[in-house]
Amino acid sequence: MASVGKLIGQGVAYTAFAVFTGVFATLPTYHPIAQDQALLKLSFTHAGQLIGECREMSAEEMAKLPPNMRRPKECPRERHPVHVEMVLDGQPLLSRQLKPTGLWGDGASVLYTRYPVSAGTHQIELRLRDSGRSEGFDYSRDARIALAPGQNFVIDFDARHGGFRFHAPAAGD
Amino acid sequence: MLTWIKAGLRGVLDGVERLFDAAFSPRHNPFNYLGALTVFFFWVVLVSGIYVFIFFETSIFGAYASVERLTHDQWYAGGIMRSLHRYASDAAIITILLHMLREFAKDRYRGPRWFSWFTGMPLLWMVFPLGITGYWLVWDELAQYIAIASAELMDVLPIFTDPMARNFLTPASLSDRFFTLLAFLHLIGIPIFLVFGIWFHLLRISRPKVNPPRALMTGSLGAMLVLSIVHPALSQPPADLNKVPTVLGFDWFYLPAYPLIDITTPQMVWLLLVGTSLVISLLPWLPPLRRAAPARVTLDQCNGCGRCVEDCPFNAVTMLPRTDGTRYEKEAVVDPDLCTACGICVGACPTATPHRRKSELVPGIELPDSAIAALRAATLAESAKLSGEARVMVYGCECNTHLARLRGSQVGVVTMPCIAMLPPSFVDFVIARRHAEGVLLTGCRDGDCQYRFGIDWTEQRILGQRDPYLRQRVPRERIDRQWTGDRDLAPALAAFQSRVQALGPLAHDDGPGATPAPTSTPQEQAHG
Repeated sequence: MASVGKLIGQGVAYTAFAVFTGVFATLPTYHPIAQDQALLKLSFTHAGQLIGECREMSAEEMAKLPPNMRRPKECPRERHPVHVEMVLDGQPLLSRQLKPTGLWGDGASVLYTRYPVSAGTHQIELRLRDSGRSEGFDYSRDARIALAPGQNFVIDFDARHGGFRFHAPAAGD
Repeated sequence: MLTWIKAGLRGVLDGVERLFDAAFSPRHNPFNYLGALTVFFFWVVLVSGIYVFIFFETSIFGAYASVERLTHDQWYAGGIMRSLHRYASDAAIITILLHMLREFAKDRYRGPRWFSWFTGMPLLWMVFPLGITGYWLVWDELAQYIAIASAELMDVLPIFTDPMARNFLTPASLSDRFFTLLAFLHLIGIPIFLVFGIWFHLLRISRPKVNPPRALMTGSLGAMLVLSIVHPALSQPPADLNKVPTVLGFDWFYLPAYPLIDITTPQMVWLLLVGTSLVISLLPWLPPLRRAAPARVTLDQCNGCGRCVEDCPFNAVTMLPRTDGTRYEKEAVVDPDLCTACGICVGACPTATPHRRKSELVPGIELPDSAIAALRAATLAESAKLSGEARVMVYGCECNTHLARLRGSQVGVVTMPCIAMLPPSFVDFVIARRHAEGVLLTGCRDGDCQYRFGIDWTEQRILGQRDPYLRQRVPRERIDRQWTGDRDLAPALAAFQSRVQALGPLAHDDGPGATPAPTSTPQEQAHG
């Protein structure tokens, strides 16, 4: 039979264990971003243009190929890297050259990036080049956006829909 | 450096564990059952998890509502089960980390023990994802944060073509299939691997302590139950990918790496996690490297009785068919990779008797670095220096650094790797041959034997419960056992000497003239 002293000791130990477990299971709280901030996310999967032009295959060339591999056009597989820039309130936030994925460089260029920014109104400028040209951009979008505290503002890119797309209502767009 | 760290940790742990000894008694001290307690908490997690799963809706759109119903509509059952599920998982992390820290501090991770240490690391890599995927399934704001941060962490690995984090860009990107995959991982995938991992972790240990004592299980479950009622686990607001949670109640047991992703980079977090894991895994091979020679079998002295196999705490000895053509059926074979050189097998060997005088004292199994003949020689040398009416021979294991200071005109001291290396016949030898009026056996702290069963086997041999038994003729009042660990035994020794003195001189003399002639074969010695 355990003595009273032992029982008290065990009670203290079990209580301390439970309190330690309970407290650190939730506390201290964590703040992924400050309460007056929003999150700006730019993410897309976009294939740059093919690095060269397709050309018609001649009848002789076609004849040399096995029947199952004959095709009217011969196209290079490799794609141009995608260059993307993002400027927020006149300050460059991102300028990155995205290589095409895949062993042969024939896949899409992918980007996922996020920036905590202060809530409020911001001027955002987005530029993207996927054609391998040395100057200028193939797509661009300038907009004034209003970010609420704790808002997740997502910017995607889809060439079929005209380029940069905002997944939240942007003021003055 | 490592030695200093270990010594410091050992000192702190020793102090804390002695407090727990006082409150729980050594045989119920939770520090002696940290691995078993972890397994127990997993049982609680399993049972409570099965209950929660019955009411859980495995879909990204129904999960949150189903957990809320469980928590609030049946708070008395589902709510408590959910809380138990969470808190027992957290408690398991505490016991795992303490278990690792303790094995490290007490130097129980090197040499042949590397296997359990090394196989413990994959268990950690299973337990954390198990807990993290559990938080994910609730699909509240914390789950949303974990989902995105985990995806960002995975995306730096060259596995996925498309970033996994794009699955959580907007509410429209969410897919039920991904959620189902996670549920599968949490409910079936990882738990199955974990069970195999635990089995592997214990593979080289004889008689592993998988279950803690019932009192400890009751107390631990009670503590978790009270915590679940007083401070129930609750969900945070539902996940909303249009928002970023700004305040999160955070489980620091499972999620401490996540804020590091925000502070540094996912690459840095991988480097930290993998680097730390590698360093911890490789600790057994870091200096100082020292390894005592493993036990050695002398075949012409081994009668194949199997007592060494029965007593070895690390499954290092096995019985195989005889190879020397003698009439014995089997012989003991030591696996040097598993042998910790504790000498417990020597203490179990019936041929390791100091009474042998006409033949050379070489037992069937012994430690090359601590021969049984040397133990007898040390006993004789120590006893030769003693005089007085309360002479005591102290046999102790090397864990006690204070033993040498006990030496005096009435006190001899002989040490060995583990007290269970001492065959009981040595106690008989000292008393019967009047080398001392009393024998004091001492070793690690009760319940915390460095070689797992040294104290248990010694106690059982003295009490006549385990072969080889201490002979009946030895007066038990002339034996004292002190399982105190690295402590000064002077007060206990003084008290024992007083008791021995009060007993008076030894009543009979079973001295050299009365000793039977040494037996001629190991078989006869075993039964002598």
